[in-house]
Amino acid sequence: MSSFTAPVLIYSLLAPILIVLGGAVIGVMIEAFASRKIRPVLQLSVTIGTLVLAFAQVWHIRHQETASAAMGSAVVDGAGVLMQGAILFIAILGVFLIADQENFTVIAAAVPGSEEETQSIQSGEQLTEVYPLTLFAVAGMMLFPVSTDLITLFVALEMLSLPLYLMAGLSRRRRLMSQEAALKYFLLGAFSSAFFLFGAAYLYGYAGTVSLSGIGAAITAANGNTVFLLIGIAFLSVGLLFKIGAVPFHAWTPDVYQGAPTPITAFMAAATKIAAFGALLRIFYVGFENAYWDWRPLITVIAIITMLFGSVVAIAQRDIKRMLAYSSIAHAGFLLAGVLALSKAGLDASIFYLIAYGVATLGAFGVVTLVRDSSGEITDLNRWAGLGKRSPFVATLFATFLLAFAGIPLTSGFIGKFSIFSAAYENGNKSVVIVGVLSSAIAAYFYIRVIVLMFFSDPVEDGTSVIIPSFLTRLSIVTAFAITIFLGLFPAPLLNFISSTAIFIR
Amino acid sequence: MTSNYLVYLIALPLFGSALLLLAGRKADKWGHLLGTAMSGGAFVIGLYEFTQMLGRSNEQRAVTQKLFNWISVGSFQVDAGLMLDQLSICFVLLITGVGTLIHIYSIAYMSHDLDRRRFFAFLNLFIAAMLLLVLGDSYLNLYVGWEGVGLASYLLIGFWNQKPTYATAAKKAFVANRVGDMGLSLAIMISFATLGTVSFAGVKEHAGQASTGALTAIGIMLLVAATGKSAQFPLQAWLGDAMAGPTPVSALIHAATMVTAGVYLITRSNFIFDAAPTAQLCVAIIGAITLLFGAVVGTAKDDIKKALAASTMSQIGYMILGAGLGPAGYAFAIMHLLTHGFFKAGMFLGAGSVMHGMDDEVNMRRYGGLGKFMPITFATFGLGYLAIIGVPPFAGFYSKDKIIEVAFNAGGIKGITLGSAALLGAAITAFYMTRVVILTFVGNKRWAEKAHPHESPALMWLPMVLLAVGSVASGFIFTHGNSLKNWLAPVVEQSPVHEGELLKPAVVSVLALVLVILGVGLAVLKYVRKDIPLVAPSDVSIFTRIARRDLLQDDFNEALFMKTGQGITRALVVTDKSIVDGAVRGVARLVRGSGSALRLTQTGFVRSYAMWILVGAIGLVAAIWVVTL
Repeated sequence: MSSFTAPVLIYSLLAPILIVLGGAVIGVMIEAFASRKIRPVLQLSVTIGTLVLAFAQVWHIRHQETASAAMGSAVVDGAGVLMQGAILFIAILGVFLIADQENFTVIAAAVPGSEEETQSIQSGEQLTEVYPLTLFAVAGMMLFPVSTDLITLFVALEMLSLPLYLMAGLSRRRRLMSQEAALKYFLLGAFSSAFFLFGAAYLYGYAGTVSLSGIGAAITAANGNTVFLLIGIAFLSVGLLFKIGAVPFHAWTPDVYQGAPTPITAFMAAATKIAAFGALLRIFYVGFENAYWDWRPLITVIAIITMLFGSVVAIAQRDIKRMLAYSSIAHAGFLLAGVLALSKAGLDASIFYLIAYGVATLGAFGVVTLVRDSSGEITDLNRWAGLGKRSPFVATLFATFLLAFAGIPLTSGFIGKFSIFSAAYENGNKSVVIVGVLSSAIAAYFYIRVIVLMFFSDPVEDGTSVIIPSFLTRLSIVTAFAITIFLGLFPAPLLNFISSTAIFIR
Repeated sequence: MTSNYLVYLIALPLFGSALLLLAGRKADKWGHLLGTAMSGGAFVIGLYEFTQMLGRSNEQRAVTQKLFNWISVGSFQVDAGLMLDQLSICFVLLITGVGTLIHIYSIAYMSHDLDRRRFFAFLNLFIAAMLLLVLGDSYLNLYVGWEGVGLASYLLIGFWNQKPTYATAAKKAFVANRVGDMGLSLAIMISFATLGTVSFAGVKEHAGQASTGALTAIGIMLLVAATGKSAQFPLQAWLGDAMAGPTPVSALIHAATMVTAGVYLITRSNFIFDAAPTAQLCVAIIGAITLLFGAVVGTAKDDIKKALAASTMSQIGYMILGAGLGPAGYAFAIMHLLTHGFFKAGMFLGAGSVMHGMDDEVNMRRYGGLGKFMPITFATFGLGYLAIIGVPPFAGFYSKDKIIEVAFNAGGIKGITLGSAALLGAAITAFYMTRVVILTFVGNKRWAEKAHPHESPALMWLPMVLLAVGSVASGFIFTHGNSLKNWLAPVVEQSPVHEGELLKPAVVSVLALVLVILGVGLAVLKYVRKDIPLVAPSDVSIFTRIARRDLLQDDFNEALFMKTGQGITRALVVTDKSIVDGAVRGVARLVRGSGSALRLTQTGFVRSYAMWILVGAIGLVAAIWVVTL
């Protein structure tokens, strides 16, 4: 009988995640017991309060680096803290958008078009389970980039994925499409998780340990069965590349982005990318660092295909949400250049890029929620024609986000692209950089096409209009806009903060 | 020495210009007064600085004012700074003095124009830019002013741009000037590349260390700049057309000040040209060619303003020639510039006065006998005439004579050639100017039926009178006791070596006078008491016809540059359409096509998505296996 060692957890360092989980549990309680009238307000305040509190705690512990916050399963280091902070910040902006309950079905459990649903609508019922679900997802996202062993990584992956599957199906309008998206996301997510787990098993077989630093040490020692290692790396990558939406694991992205309620798409597109890339960076920088020459060709090819595929297919899109989905695929390719850089500069650039991209994405999808007619959001690009003439302010905001995606100077996107490509270039990944720049040029075409459509086409009179957004939505979009411009004009403060903070400890 | 007032010289007219342009129609009532006041204010500051200067010893007269650090890139440091020395004060007084007189004149001349306010705004803009040009303490600062006067000139030539030919004239001037400006920017770049600095003081200090080749290159480029701005051969073609602008503009910009910027540039860069004899010789040759070119063109022009413009070109040729003769000639070039500023501006204003009285008629064949009806105009124009042909003791005599003398004394064949050219030019000048005076003011009336010639209002003739005083007296003042020569000595560094004299000054004067009398006599014989046909006769010799066509300058430019340029443009358009656009469109079509094709992979079926993931996973394993084989 081996004795059981009680786990030692340093709660203050795990507090940001625990706070969010606690908030989520409270949210479940509120959903069950609070009266219908106060429920939305209560849920919103608890959610925002939780996120702000967690953010404060993240700020508080930013210098307390340790690898043993949870028995070597989770780490507190500069890079992790930055990712957690970014996720929380994005989540706050995302919850501002989610607060517009107009986008969500009144009762998700009801069959679309059923008697039960009709009754709920008539009685003014509005379930608010989206708030605790969001918090659970955020907790998973926060754990994902700080996990240092494969088991914790897998738990975090599922923790962030399961709520997202549900949230994707909550759309009030076009419910069937929304539910289809949720189911697709779930099935494919489960499929790729299986690959992840399979890869983890191979890696355990290779190194005899699931900890990333242990795997790294085993690679350095080079006394295991290399076949196990390589298959392990490949399968583990599948699970992660699925989450970031890299080709050919991207197929869910357009369908889910389109089907999910737009605020959820905004939150998911921005925050999941930060979490997944955080984990990806840690795994490849810490675990597989010395197998660079084995995985570099692999990731290079994936990055190139992803950039090109995302940019090229986006051109053929007629739906704004699908276009943004393909754009996010292309950006996943650009971000892989940061993984390939495998350097401090690459890490810094990736984190900056993630923050800049996340904020702009949130803002862009936020604007999408505003363009509606009587039947709900308009996502058909043709009906956005002339928006700049009817609603110049909103159109200008959207144009700014698009320019940031395209990487036009004076926006955050330019600084992000420039720093990530230069980091990749310095480390000899010339082909990725060349393809990246070419894809950016292709991508600029469809971004600018939308701008041309908004500002230089005559408006169509078909009832499309921009609704007056709620205060929180406005706050969210304008904040995203301000940050996008600010980071474009004065990137130095954030860049310096990142470069002085971001390190992976092993 | 530093002065805090230099910036106001530029700021006043700049402020006036900005205010008049921004205030719009509201300023119509008082805009011209404000513009004149701003120019006058600058003149007062200039006078103040001049008196301050007089009170200091010759070596300490230059003052500077640092404004701000303009460009700071690594070792490339340029301050926006101003410098007023003995050379620039001459220009400051000329620009603001003559400029103010012309402002006053324009109040009356432009009184019927609806856009008078805009006209004054542009005039003020010109004054500001021209002052910056002569006050800048580095080539880069000068360049800003250089471009500024180019802009003002463009705006004013095309002031009546409702006439397409006038707009074209403005464009022509602009394009010709661009060629010159390129020379200046190249000179600045070469200067920075070889000397590491672009400030006058810095270049002067380091010029000794640079190779002669580099200095020659800078010198030639500066000469290109000068030929553009000063309408010298081969970039002279724009000046005649520039007469499309209102006459005060012709007087101020295209006679007295802006077109002399090239002379300023070369004199200012004396330390470069003195160290690069080849470039200096080029300057002298260009000057000699242009002075003959302009004079010949002047003999064939029937348009009074174009005749005067040709004359301006010729007179600036004298200045450039003087500046190209090195230390011996700089002071006389500047002297001729100043005296020319008086008499040519005066004659242009006189021409404007004539046009004012003759319903804007410019054809001298439709004038005749106007002296009786416009006595003041006749008198002031006549004094300017005596000055330009070089009759003692009028201003032109002193300045032009000196240039001819220095040219002859330049030594060897060079001296004889340049001197003869200058001498010949003086004879032709006497001929065509006499022709202008006879056709305009004496002889029988050849007016249009509706013409009622009358003397212009006092606001117009007063400036003319003042300029006439300058035409009479300035030459004597400048030469009395070598005053201007000594004044400029610290800037242009007189060479102590006295070169051998080929001809004594008296001999030159007599020679010149004889030739002038010949020229005048010829013109009198040809035009006095003769019937002047209303339409220029067409059965004339080939030489006259060529002269009428400005010695084929436009045909030359058209054949060599325009036709070639158009050919190249057409070829480029075809290349662009078929090859560049073809490639671009092809790529675009390819991208769009592949986008649509790849889109089909998005079937919407989970099973096919899952298959992609499976294929991808297998592909990854296969790839990693291949890589590590």
